[in-house]
Amino acid sequence: MKIPVVRKILEANDRIAADLKDHFAAKHILVLNLMSSPGAGKTSLLEKTLGDLRGEFKMAVIEGDLQTDNDARRVAATGAQAVQINTEGGCHLSSSMVAEALKSLDIEGLDILFIENVGNLVCPAEFDVGEDFKITLLSTTEGDDKPEKYPLMFNLSKAMVLNKIDLLPHVDFDMARATKFARALNKDLPVFAVSCRTGEGLGAWYDWLRAARAAKA
Amino acid sequence: MHELSIVQSLLDLAEKEMAANGLTKLLRIKVIYGGLTAVVPDALELGFEALTAGTPLAGGVLELEEAPVILRCGKCGLEFSPKDASGRYGVFAPCPACGEEIGHAVAGGKELFIEFIEAE
Repeated sequence: MKIPVVRKILEANDRIAADLKDHFAAKHILVLNLMSSPGAGKTSLLEKTLGDLRGEFKMAVIEGDLQTDNDARRVAATGAQAVQINTEGGCHLSSSMVAEALKSLDIEGLDILFIENVGNLVCPAEFDVGEDFKITLLSTTEGDDKPEKYPLMFNLSKAMVLNKIDLLPHVDFDMARATKFARALNKDLPVFAVSCRTGEGLGAWYDWLRAARAAKA
Repeated sequence: MHELSIVQSLLDLAEKEMAANGLTKLLRIKVIYGGLTAVVPDALELGFEALTAGTPLAGGVLELEEAPVILRCGKCGLEFSPKDASGRYGVFAPCPACGEEIGHAVAGGKELFIEFIEAE
């Protein structure tokens, strides 16, 4: 017997993600899914953002990692609430993991929730976790061809942060090339060139956050 | 290896559909995946074998079909499916009609769904 099914394979993940999104919308929380390669600087960007905007917004972080709670401890040092998810080898966060992590988080009165995905430019793109927007972080030490190699992630992103621009004099990284390919399938993608080490360029990223947050209020 | 999560979701759906139709033996399952998804067919097949082994779903055939990447030109609206030299779908190509290089919309290639299940 042949059963025509025509069902999205990841519908179970999508359903939980949609429920989470409704839940966050009802509480007017801006939720951002932060994705990048390992070592691009997701946690550094969060440390800076949480520290610099501490007086402005109430923020929290869900940290996804294969192992350890190192990142959650770094984030918690800024005073923000942080919950760690260890995926035990899993290469991405799923919506059910985020739903589980929420049980350990007090989200009342929260302005912005960051979900730091597992460092990986491939798999996290396929799994919605209830976010308003996906943000991709790229760093100058990774090579300017990453947007060309991993088109889906850049296509789905609402903004791109290019980190480690303080190293530009020491690496062969063509910003124009990286930006061109990131925008090929995402014409209006904002690109924020920053250095989390020196603080350069972070102001524009903060302004984007403020505008995105204001749109949720 | 997110293919394992995909296969697990696939098998959950197959089990539900079979149960709903009173069927117990999986013969064939057809999956369509878009050329832009990060799905590696070999990894799906490996995951399918690994996760069905020793279960009532073992022995079923997983049939995979790639759905084309379709871009819609951001300037003139032409839909086209660029391929690279090795025959794989590409995503960065000028519009064959007007030459526009950026701002194309993705009109196809992100699909990931079950088309049908054959069981008895």
